[in-house]
Amino acid sequence: MTVNENSTNQIDASCRVPLLVLFGGAALWLVVSSLLALVASLTFHMPEKFGDCPWLTYGHIQPAADDALLYGFCIPAGLGVALWIFARLGQTPLRGAMVPVVAAHFWHFGVLVGLVGIFVGDSTGFQWLEFPRGGSALLFFAYLLLGLWALMNFSGRRESGLFPSHWFLIAALFWFPWIYSTANILIVGWPVRGVVQAIIAWWFGNNLVFLWTSLVGLGAAFYFLPKFSGRPLQTYFYALFAFWMLIIFGSMRGVPAAAPVPAWLPNLSALNSLMLIVPVIAIAVIGWKTVCGAASQECKGGSFCMIKFGFVSFVLSGLMLFATACPHFSQLTQFTWLSAAQTQLQLYGFFAITMFGAIYYILPRAVGIEFRFPKLIRVQHWFAMLGIILFVASLAIGGIEQGMKLQDASVPFADSTKTVLPFLRASTMGLLLLVIANLLFALNIFAMILAWKWSVAKAVFAFVISPLEKSEVKA
Amino acid sequence: MKNGFVIFLAAFAVLFTSWSAFVLGPQLQLGRAKQVAVLNSSDVYPINRPGEAAQGLQIYRANGCAACHTEQVQQTGVACDVVLTAAGKNPSAVSNLISTLKLNGLTEQEAESAAGKIAAAGGKVETHVIATGADISRGWGLRHSVAEDFLYDNPVQLGGVRVGPDLAGVGARLPDANWQLLHLYAPRSVVKDSVMPPFRYLFVKRKIDGAPSPDALKLPLTQQPDEFMPTPGYEIIPTDDAKKLVAYLLSLHADVPLYDAPFTPPQISTNAPAK
Repeated sequence: MTVNENSTNQIDASCRVPLLVLFGGAALWLVVSSLLALVASLTFHMPEKFGDCPWLTYGHIQPAADDALLYGFCIPAGLGVALWIFARLGQTPLRGAMVPVVAAHFWHFGVLVGLVGIFVGDSTGFQWLEFPRGGSALLFFAYLLLGLWALMNFSGRRESGLFPSHWFLIAALFWFPWIYSTANILIVGWPVRGVVQAIIAWWFGNNLVFLWTSLVGLGAAFYFLPKFSGRPLQTYFYALFAFWMLIIFGSMRGVPAAAPVPAWLPNLSALNSLMLIVPVIAIAVIGWKTVCGAASQECKGGSFCMIKFGFVSFVLSGLMLFATACPHFSQLTQFTWLSAAQTQLQLYGFFAITMFGAIYYILPRAVGIEFRFPKLIRVQHWFAMLGIILFVASLAIGGIEQGMKLQDASVPFADSTKTVLPFLRASTMGLLLLVIANLLFALNIFAMILAWKWSVAKAVFAFVISPLEKSEVKA
Repeated sequence: MKNGFVIFLAAFAVLFTSWSAFVLGPQLQLGRAKQVAVLNSSDVYPINRPGEAAQGLQIYRANGCAACHTEQVQQTGVACDVVLTAAGKNPSAVSNLISTLKLNGLTEQEAESAAGKIAAAGGKVETHVIATGADISRGWGLRHSVAEDFLYDNPVQLGGVRVGPDLAGVGARLPDANWQLLHLYAPRSVVKDSVMPPFRYLFVKRKIDGAPSPDALKLPLTQQPDEFMPTPGYEIIPTDDAKKLVAYLLSLHADVPLYDAPFTPPQISTNAPAK
C-alpha cells in the first residue's frame, strides 16, 4: 500500500461514524417517507377508509411524507456527502468526529419531533415549514453544528486548492441557516401580517427545495462525474458561470404567478424562473462535455449510472420550472399536480438518486466493509428509476389535463378531479416501486451498520478476552 | 475563485439581495397594511373574523386542509354592462339608440363610449363592472383574491393545488352550516364522487337519550344512501372543532368591491316576492 493510498484510507475512515449516523438515519426516514406517501396516495383510491383517524387523513400524512423526504433524507444525506467531499478534496482527515455524530443524532431527533408534531395537529400550515417550533429549533442547531464543523474542517485542509464542488457545497452550507431562521422567526415565532407570511414561505420553499438541493446535488455531481469518467470537469469557467447564474436566478423566485400579492413579486419570480434556463443549459453542457467522449467506465447500474440519471433529472426539473413560468403555460398549470411532479423530480429523481450514487461509493470506503448485497444496488437503481419516471410522468400529464379542465369554465370542477384520478392512481404504482427501491437501499445500509457494529463488538470482545502481556501484569 | 472567503462573500451578497427582495421588500410594502375602504360605501375592509371562525382557522391549519384547497380566486379581466336607469325627456330617441348599441360584455372604453352616447340622447345610465374568468364563472367568487382578504389571518392558508375546489368564497356560495357539517362528516352524501376523506373524527356518534340533541346533524332522510345513515336510535353530534371549522368556512366570503379589485355587486331587488 502506498503512502498516498494509506492517507486516503485514513481520510475515509475518519468520516466513518458520522457518515453511518447521518446515512443510517437518512435511510430510515427515506423508507418512512415513501410509506407515508403511499398511504397518502391511497386516499385517491378509497377516501372513505381514512375518516376515523386524524393521523391518516391526507392533510396530515402528505406533509409528513414530504418533510420526511426533505428533512429526514435529503438534508442529512447531503451533509454527510459534503463532509466526506471536503475531507477528500482537502486531503485532510475529519477532526473531532464526535461533534458531527452528536449533531446528526440531534438532527434525526428533530425530524422525529417535527413529524409527531404534524400528526398531532401542531403543523404550522406552511408547505415545507410544517414542523412545529420544537422540531425546527433542534434542526436549526444541529445544522449549525454540522455546518460549522464542516467549514472548520474545510478551513484546516492540507490541499489548499478550491474546486467547483467546494463553491456549491459552501454556498449550500451557508444558505440553510439564513433561510430557515428567517422563515421560522417571521412565520412561526413572531408572525408578520397577512400575505407577507405566504410570500416568505414561498421564498423559503424555493430556496430550500430547489436551490439548496441543486447546490448540494451539483456539488456532489461535479465531484463524482469527473472521477468516474476519468477526465476533468469541462470546464472550470463554465462551472463558475453556472454557479453564479444558479444562485442569482435560483434564489429570487418562488411566488406563483397568480398569487394575491403585489404584482411585482410574481413578475420578478417568473422573470428569474425564465432566466434559470441559462444556468440549466450551462450545467447540461458541463455534464455532457465531461461524460461524453471520455474513456468512461461502464456504469452497470452503479454509482456512475445513478449520478448520470440524477444529472439528467436536474436538467429536466430546471426545464419544467422554465416552462411553468412561461405566461400562458403558467396560467394553465397553476394549482395543478404539475408542480408536485416537478418537486418530486427535483427531490427524488435528481437529489435522492444522486445521493444514492454518492453513498454507494462512499460508505464501503469509509467503513472498510463491502455492501452485504451488492447485486441489489443495481436492482434498487432500476426500481428507483422506473418508479420516479412513472410517478413524475403521470402527475405531469394528469396536471396538464387537470389544468385544461380548470381553465374551461364550461367544465364542472368535479370533472377536473375525475380526469386526474387515473393519473393519481398510476402515480401510486410509481410510489410502490419507490417504496421497494427505498427498502432495498435501507437494507444495504442497515446491513452495513450491523456488520460494522458486529466487527466493533468482536474487536472489543477479542481485546477483553486476550491474555495480558507480561509487561502489563503488575508484580 | 481560489479563496473560500470569496465564495462566502458571493453567496452572502446574492442571498442578501434575494432576502431584501422577497422578505424585506414585501414587509415594508405590506407589513403595516391597514383596512381599506369598500368601493362606493363608507365601510372598511376587512374586519376580524368572529372568535369562533378565527379558532376554526386553527382547525383548518391543524388538519392540513390547505394541502388540497386553495383560497385564491383568479380573474382574467373585467367586462362592463351599460344599464339604463332613466329614459329622460326623450324616451323614444333613447330607446331607438339603445336598440342599435351593444350594451353587454363591453370593454371599459366601449362602455364609456356607449354610456356617452346614451347620456347625450338624454338617458341616464350606470356602468356595471363584472369580473371574468373560469373561477368567477364557477361561482367561486365575485372578484379575484387580493392581499387585503388575508390581512387578519394567522396563519395565511393560500394553498397551492386544487384537489378540491377553491374556498375563498365558500361561505357565500354554500352558506348552510348543516350542509357544511354533512359534507365534513360524509362528503359523498352531498357531493357524489368526492375524493375528500370524511372527517368523522370531528363528530361523535351517540345514543339518543330522551329528546334528540338540537346540535345533531340533520340528515335528509330521502336521497341518502344507507351507508351514510346512523344506526336507528343514534345521532351524530359535531364536536366543538367541527363547529369552529364550519364557522371559519362560512366566514370565507371575499365579496366586497375594492379599489384594486373593482366590481359592481349584484343588485338585490327589494320588492321581489318573498320566497
